[in-house]
Amino acid sequence: MTVALGIIPALPLAGFLLCILLGPRLGKSFVTAAGVGSVGLATVAAWTRLIPYLAGTGMPVVERIAPWISAGSFSVDLSLRLDPLSGLMVSFVTFVGFLIHVYSIGYMRHDETDAGYARFFAYMNLFLFAMLTLVLANNFLLMFVGWEGVGLCSYLLIGYYYEKDFAAAAGKKAFVVNRIGDFGFLLGIFAVFSLFGTLDFDGVFTRAAAEPTRFAPGLTVVCLLLFLGAMGKSAQVPLHVWLPDAMAGPTPVSALIHAATMVTAGVYMVTRCNVLFRLAPQAMFVVAVIGGVTAVFAAIIAIAQTDIKRVLAYSTVSQLGYMFLACGVGAYVAGMFHVLTHAFFKACLFLGSGAVIHALGGEQDVRRMGGLAPRLPVTYRTFLVATLALSGIPPLAGFFSKDAILTGVFAVHRPILFAIGLFTAGLTAFYMFRLVSLTFYGEPRMTPEQVNHVHEAPPTMTLPLVVLAFLSMVGGFLGLPEVFGERANRIAAFLAPVLPPVFLPGRAEAGHALPPSTEWLLMGVSVAVAVGGLLLAWKWYAKEGGRPAAKLAASFPAVYALVVDKFRIDELYAVLFVRPFEWLARMLWKVVDVLLIDGVLNAGAFLVELTGDALRFLQTGNVRNYALTFLLGVVALVLIVFGFGGM
Amino acid sequence: MRALLDARLLTVLVFLPSAAAALLLLFPERRAREAKILALAASVLEFALSIPLWTRFDLASGTFQFVEKANWIPALGITYAVGIDGVSLLLVLLTTLLTPVSLLYSLNHVEKSARAFSISFLVLETGVVGTLVALDLALFYVFWEVMLVPMYFIIGIWGGARRIYAAMKFFLFTMAGSLLMFLAILYLAIRYRSQFGGWSFLLSDLARLTYPTMAVQTVLFLAFAVAFAIKVPVFPLHTWLPDAHTEAPTAGSIILAGVLLKLGVYGYLRFALPLFPDAALRYAPWVGVLGVIGVVYGAFVAYAQKDMKRLVAYSSVSHLGLVVIGVAAFTGVAMTGSVLQMVNHGLSTGALFLLVGVLYERSHTREIAHFGGIAGVVPVTTALFLVATFSSIGLPGLNGFVGEFLILLGTWTSNHRGWAVAAATGVILSAIYMLSLVQRVFWNPLTREENRRLPEIRASELVAAAALVVPMVWIGVRPNDFLDRLRPSIEEIRRSAATRKAAANPSPPSRVTRGISPTQVFTREETVR
Amino acid sequence: MITGGIPLSDVLLASGALFVIGLVGALLRRNAISIFLSIELMMNAANLTVLGYAAALHNLEGQVVVFLVIAIAAAEAAVGLAIFVALFQHTETIDVNRINLLKW
Repeated sequence: MTVALGIIPALPLAGFLLCILLGPRLGKSFVTAAGVGSVGLATVAAWTRLIPYLAGTGMPVVERIAPWISAGSFSVDLSLRLDPLSGLMVSFVTFVGFLIHVYSIGYMRHDETDAGYARFFAYMNLFLFAMLTLVLANNFLLMFVGWEGVGLCSYLLIGYYYEKDFAAAAGKKAFVVNRIGDFGFLLGIFAVFSLFGTLDFDGVFTRAAAEPTRFAPGLTVVCLLLFLGAMGKSAQVPLHVWLPDAMAGPTPVSALIHAATMVTAGVYMVTRCNVLFRLAPQAMFVVAVIGGVTAVFAAIIAIAQTDIKRVLAYSTVSQLGYMFLACGVGAYVAGMFHVLTHAFFKACLFLGSGAVIHALGGEQDVRRMGGLAPRLPVTYRTFLVATLALSGIPPLAGFFSKDAILTGVFAVHRPILFAIGLFTAGLTAFYMFRLVSLTFYGEPRMTPEQVNHVHEAPPTMTLPLVVLAFLSMVGGFLGLPEVFGERANRIAAFLAPVLPPVFLPGRAEAGHALPPSTEWLLMGVSVAVAVGGLLLAWKWYAKEGGRPAAKLAASFPAVYALVVDKFRIDELYAVLFVRPFEWLARMLWKVVDVLLIDGVLNAGAFLVELTGDALRFLQTGNVRNYALTFLLGVVALVLIVFGFGGM
Repeated sequence: MRALLDARLLTVLVFLPSAAAALLLLFPERRAREAKILALAASVLEFALSIPLWTRFDLASGTFQFVEKANWIPALGITYAVGIDGVSLLLVLLTTLLTPVSLLYSLNHVEKSARAFSISFLVLETGVVGTLVALDLALFYVFWEVMLVPMYFIIGIWGGARRIYAAMKFFLFTMAGSLLMFLAILYLAIRYRSQFGGWSFLLSDLARLTYPTMAVQTVLFLAFAVAFAIKVPVFPLHTWLPDAHTEAPTAGSIILAGVLLKLGVYGYLRFALPLFPDAALRYAPWVGVLGVIGVVYGAFVAYAQKDMKRLVAYSSVSHLGLVVIGVAAFTGVAMTGSVLQMVNHGLSTGALFLLVGVLYERSHTREIAHFGGIAGVVPVTTALFLVATFSSIGLPGLNGFVGEFLILLGTWTSNHRGWAVAAATGVILSAIYMLSLVQRVFWNPLTREENRRLPEIRASELVAAAALVVPMVWIGVRPNDFLDRLRPSIEEIRRSAATRKAAANPSPPSRVTRGISPTQVFTREETVR
Repeated sequence: MITGGIPLSDVLLASGALFVIGLVGALLRRNAISIFLSIELMMNAANLTVLGYAAALHNLEGQVVVFLVIAIAAAEAAVGLAIFVALFQHTETIDVNRINLLKW
């Protein structure tokens, strides 16, 4: 029995409706059953649908649900698509989503009212509905529906603690910055339609691949516009500013939306459109550069942050930069592989940080943590595993995916980007282990009551941590590099149908076969860099309690302040955009609308009044004046009629 | 009875509200509640009777359906001719939906002279429906004027602090435009008499007229266009709108924003385009640019507002700017999107005004600064407001997105890509001003104690709001139900404008240096394939 | 033309003179009754003109018109005087300069 594709997103939608309409009334147990159960069922449905195709054949499967919009010459249907790419996304979106939902049961239970608890799970379900729609869509418009839908849920969930103005503002900021990207995405969609006459993926990509010379010239602009959308959604510089603020939302939200799923939608979209991008090399170059710049920029900021979630947020931005770097050099498989592994370890890290925050009764500043390793054993161990994975230590997952990316960059002979990627890898290891050291090692730096209160999280929270840590350990074996054998890279084989060959005349696709010795060398270099970063952080923070770092910071106070302050980008935007916007709005209102336009109108009315005021003096009330006027009038009339008639 | 409905459904729909109003005159003043209920029942009946228009609409035909013709003043050639096509169908249904919603809302909020209020509303409904179905220019003009008087009273008697100023402004503005249009109509009738002998005001007859020079056609077109531009409203003739909307009572704002504003675009599509296609196509770029200005300008000024209602009023300027762009772009996709967006705007802005009214009635202020953090106090109101907000800013899944997308896509594929880019910034701007409003009213810490005791939305208001939310979701999820009815009519409008133009001006298209030439009208989209 | 022995020109001269006298009186008098008398005078001057022509052209209809005008003048006088009486009861004066209720 095959489950219809539409069921997969429909289940969380049903969960949303149940939670929002009946949840407040029927209590937390009902919400748990409906909200988590729906996601669990969706996971089962997705996997049962996917398993027959794991061998890689038989896809793509397209299910056309109904016609949706037809007007004039434009027509688009509601149709879903299961192919290797969407299958890969669905597999971990549902499963990791489910784990995070389970975790949220414990995390949200105590602090929230029934209504708040229901609201949380409702929005989380709605999010999964939108995300699955995005991933399973078979045309650009339906993808855009999911795209905006996840933006909506992000807004609602970041602003979940709406009484805090910071959280509400962060939600609005996320939505608005996303919309700036969506502006680009929309224009990109229009451009696709005017180039190809359709928005269906099959229609667009097969036509583009079949006639590359015809379409290639227009595709640079199209791809740049689409990438603008991806930049907004996936928080690339300069549209990254919403993601750190988004940490105002509950931690499971950060884990699900801002680490594992929503932010990777941009990477998914670029990979989905790889046929178009590969015909627009300049656009790909821009993607790679922005990815690289973002990766290193965010990593630098991360090393100086003191809020545990903010470190992870900037880390996410940085890792997303890696993914776009991969896409930009044509290593799409590496990019998607990193999406997958990143989902595992980043979600694990966020959920782990949530457990720490939960244990410390709300503390998020790492300067007031420390010594938690013996007190939170499961949290510590899973956090450490995920850290090692993120840092790229073999044989954990992150090593293989990051290595694939770096290999890809190296293979297309981009030394600067490679150097940036390598440096960032070192920084990554450094700031992550700094985080681990400050949080879990050394003497406790929090208040005594907090020390007493520290307790390991309940099983609903620790179990997902363990599962995710496990996946971070073994996930890498899906994508072993070729040095381990020709068919070792299973994920590449799986994704191959989505990456058909496209050839611009005169340019063959760069072959990605590096000699094995070079591969081993690259692997060794990346491991060395990662280990180096780890050791440095361990020495500075675990052994010497942060003193070398403090000394360094003190020697360059201005630089340090700039880095801590995230390079003051938000302040720059406030000066460049926000304040002029507000000024313009006020000026247009007060000057143009009130003063000029209304002024003219009211002046006109005033003139009429003035004329009336002047003319009324003719009404003397004196009959004799009126009689005289009669006479004069008659005389004038007679003169006119007879006088001119006679002449 | 059945036969009456079958044969004369439109006439019944036009005059039923007036009949109910006449009945209300028999009510004594002290039976205010019964009067309100009767008016509500009449408007609900009207809505029910308008449903057959939808179900029995012929999806294949682009010309007028349910047509009725009768001689009215034969000596002057004025005929009672009514009929609907896809465009007017949707607008009539919008009217018959919004009127009971407004009356249902007013059930608990209008106490003073409630009978007179109900009568005004019903007469207004007659005027609006009549305007939408009239196929004779004189008849159209009569109904157009009939709309003015009750609206003037509604604003002037039951409105806010500056109601007299707002009512006068509304009336004088609209009247000035109407007079221009009236002169043009008279000229058309006289010209028809000299060209064909005999008087006629029928649209189908007057559409056959030719004009001695382009200048003449342009002047006539401008007369019509200005009248409609005031109603839409198009920048810079829009300043009556913020005052009128803000000072009107909630029900008045719902009807004004939901229905009356649409008549400007409707008039343009129904009359200005078929009568003066050359001038319309030539001056379309001007109209489009004004639309773009309206989108951006309206959004900025909306952001600067401190009064909730005024903010929503300026958002209307912004939204209708987009509709105007779609009409000016003149592609099938864009025009279909424009008409759909008119309906969408009526629903979403109607809902916003309704909910703002809910907050206002309870706290007696519309100042945004007075609120803050009330989401926990009035969760249902908050949820409804969020739905209306996201409909307004074009979130996919709700109605606003479909209209916005079609307009922008249609404009992109026309000659005027720049308009599409400029207008697309509207998606950013609308998010900014609406979400800022939501944040300052519903989120943020609750700082004023009196807000803690704000009552939640009542059942009658909830039903009224739900009546607007359901179509929002329906149009968002199944827009084809509506688009199917629009498509043939829009094609008919475009086709008749293009062929008429080609017939009247046999000179080569190179004479048309601005706007769209007739050959381009149809080839522009076909060449995409 | 001869009209029963009186030249038409003489009649017209006389009626013209009467008209002018009446006109001047209507404009320059202050007393409302005097103005009224002057207006009556103007009306009679017009009557005389009509009579003159009627006689000269041997037209009987003209003479009938005169009767009509006299009757109407009488009715008008009655109404006018009634208004003046009411006005006097209200304002205690019939000096037209002092009656300006319609003043701005």
